[in-house]
Amino acid sequence: MATRKKQPAARRAGLIFGDLWEFDPAPETADPKLKARYDLFIGGKFVRPRSGRTFDSINPANERKLAEIALAGAADVNAAYAAGAKAFGPWSALSGRERGKYLFRIARLLQDRAREFAVAETMDGGKPIKESRDFDVPMAAAHFFYHAGWADKLEYVAPGRSVAPLGVVGQVIPWNFPLLMLAWKLAPALAMGNCVVLKPAETTSITALKLAEILQDAGLPDGVVNFVTGAGETGALVMGHPSAAKVAFTGSTEVGKAIMRQLAGTDRRMTMELGGKAANIVFDDAPIDQAVEGIVNGIFFNQGHVCCAGSRLLVHEPVADQVIAKLKARIRVLRVGDPLDKNTDLGAINSAAQLATIRRLVAAGVSEGAVKYQPPCILPEKGFYFPPTLFTGVTQSHRIAREEIFGPVLSILTFRTVDEAVEKANNTPYGLSAGVWTDKGSRILRMSTELKAGVVWANTFNRFDPSSPFGGYKESGFGREGGRQGLLDYAKLT
Amino acid sequence: MLPSKSHAAHARLLDEVGAVDQVGVEERVAKFTTRSIKKAAKVWGLRMAVSMTDLTTLEGKDTPGKIDSLCRKAVRPHDDPSVPSVAAVCVYPSMVRRAKAGVAGSGVKVASVATAFPSGQTHQRTRLAEVRGAVADGADEIDMVINRGAFLSGEFSRVQDEIAEVVEACGAAALKVILEVSELETFDNIRAASFLAMGVLRPGDFIKTSTGKTTLNATLGNNQVMIEAIRDFYLDTGIAIGMKPAGGIKTAKQSLQFLIAVKETLGDAWLTRKRYRFGASSLLNDLLRQLEKERTGAYQAPYYFSEAAESY
Repeated sequence: MATRKKQPAARRAGLIFGDLWEFDPAPETADPKLKARYDLFIGGKFVRPRSGRTFDSINPANERKLAEIALAGAADVNAAYAAGAKAFGPWSALSGRERGKYLFRIARLLQDRAREFAVAETMDGGKPIKESRDFDVPMAAAHFFYHAGWADKLEYVAPGRSVAPLGVVGQVIPWNFPLLMLAWKLAPALAMGNCVVLKPAETTSITALKLAEILQDAGLPDGVVNFVTGAGETGALVMGHPSAAKVAFTGSTEVGKAIMRQLAGTDRRMTMELGGKAANIVFDDAPIDQAVEGIVNGIFFNQGHVCCAGSRLLVHEPVADQVIAKLKARIRVLRVGDPLDKNTDLGAINSAAQLATIRRLVAAGVSEGAVKYQPPCILPEKGFYFPPTLFTGVTQSHRIAREEIFGPVLSILTFRTVDEAVEKANNTPYGLSAGVWTDKGSRILRMSTELKAGVVWANTFNRFDPSSPFGGYKESGFGREGGRQGLLDYAKLT
Repeated sequence: MLPSKSHAAHARLLDEVGAVDQVGVEERVAKFTTRSIKKAAKVWGLRMAVSMTDLTTLEGKDTPGKIDSLCRKAVRPHDDPSVPSVAAVCVYPSMVRRAKAGVAGSGVKVASVATAFPSGQTHQRTRLAEVRGAVADGADEIDMVINRGAFLSGEFSRVQDEIAEVVEACGAAALKVILEVSELETFDNIRAASFLAMGVLRPGDFIKTSTGKTTLNATLGNNQVMIEAIRDFYLDTGIAIGMKPAGGIKTAKQSLQFLIAVKETLGDAWLTRKRYRFGASSLLNDLLRQLEKERTGAYQAPYYFSEAAESY
């Protein structure tokens, strides 16, 4: 290829991402049909909490109150488990085909009300409407469809063995994907014939309680699914309840450990889907622009509130400068702001508490000497927002390379050899996911066996499918969700 | 045995400009299609797209009469005076003089395809003579085709040398280099060919997706690969090359998606007809229809828009 002398302009050539063509606001206007007050859902009915207590759910985008939510105490959790126990006999005795019909019905009703649910999810949790519309709600419906398909085929799920439901299972889910995590937990439990007591996260209870309306419309027998709302105390009651046959938890490693301590010595089954600090590894032969897109998708999807977020970028030294320059240019066009605007790429941080955590860890990154980059962006005055943030010059011993930030903050490290990449990627107590970017197929296969992570994505990131099991290694938890493996975590094998 | 020379040249070229992952490109461009452009931003985008259009007729049955009506439409696309004229009319060399007269004094440029468009399969001397002829007739811009046969057989220097000769033959006329992406087949090849062309182009010249004469023309995917190449080349050399997707862009909505890709990849400096063009004919009336819809609040019947660019 002919080479040409660089013009003097090359030194100052830069791209202008300005306001020449500013987009007008494009708010999603569907009615989320919220109630002013949400009660507990026990035994197929909405009931006032016996605790007599409530708490407010606010919209993190503007700090306005959305609804009042019941706070379940011990008596409420007891009632929920009692309703589950009462329903378990007839529900587990139904043929798989009949149970499948309910799941299909739930999936279809959710699709029918998809826009309404997407808007409610965005208002309650702060995630961009384009994500709740194109990812959370369709994926939640897909999980119900997938497990509905399994319900009448359970005799084939474990060849040579027979499966039976466990009983009433207790489930606690996080606030990052409220409806989707609910679907991940509910669908396999129900397909297998279990009953459920589920507690959504306290900042994002609304879509679970809206789904309760769908369960009613679907005619699901009373007590098969019970929702108790509240904060950590309620969660501990759900997880520690003596009649739980199994508990399933998704959330922080710290809380997961506390639950395991609480349940040590009992015969209750557990599955834990905990934190992560995933390495996204870019080799010098990777398609750089697509890798950059994958890095952005890996860390800024859902404001980085993703347990499998690619929060540590490991980049091969020969291409480090190029990748970082392209990454900086790419995040300049990310649109941060009103989550209900269809053009928003980064919405609101879920809560004031989470925003404080992110700020604290970012401050730690700066004080430990890593170099921070944030593109110029104007954040709304009200609400919880944090700009997309990159840290360069990060090493293995920085706090921002070790602790889960759970926000739109990427720590960039470099490596020289494949062995070093593997070593650094595995040098974390977590092991939920990892990404590999290379043009070389054999290297992908090698990395996928050497990386201690439940999911390894090759030349992509944050891809999910109901048929693909998801779960962790080491302190990222155990047990799988999705696929045949996830289903078996809700079954007694005989 | 070492790889053959042409194979090694291909490998070297790909190595130099980097690989492209098709799945990743398609994922990226899918995000452009979810952008929601409303109100003033929409009107701005539609007018910009009108002003960037190279209104095209490239048919064996083109006549002076057809060229006259095309030129009139190009200069004044709609009765609404706030609608700008298009960037250029794009015609065969034999029609350049007629077109030049048709747009005289309007600021609309005359672009001529040349170099044995669309296949390029003739002697280089003939191709160059065609370019010189079109320029002599007054063409402001030349749309050339690259030698895809040479590219696919690994003769990269030949491809590039031929482009360099056409640049020289253009004189003061701007050059648009058609890669004919559907014949290059892979995104890797499209990126490589973009760099080959840009290596000998002048600031203000363009690279262009296609002739419009094959089954697959401009898509958001190949547009993205090419504008990323333009971006990388610009950041490396400081030379700003323009982009022209052509063929297959028929609706206003599509054209806005292409412009969003430009805004988010190349930035504001490329949101001008000096650096971005649409090669299209039926697109223009859809843009006008959407502009009228924004102005009046209702869609107008197609017969309210003069059909001077369509092929029949």
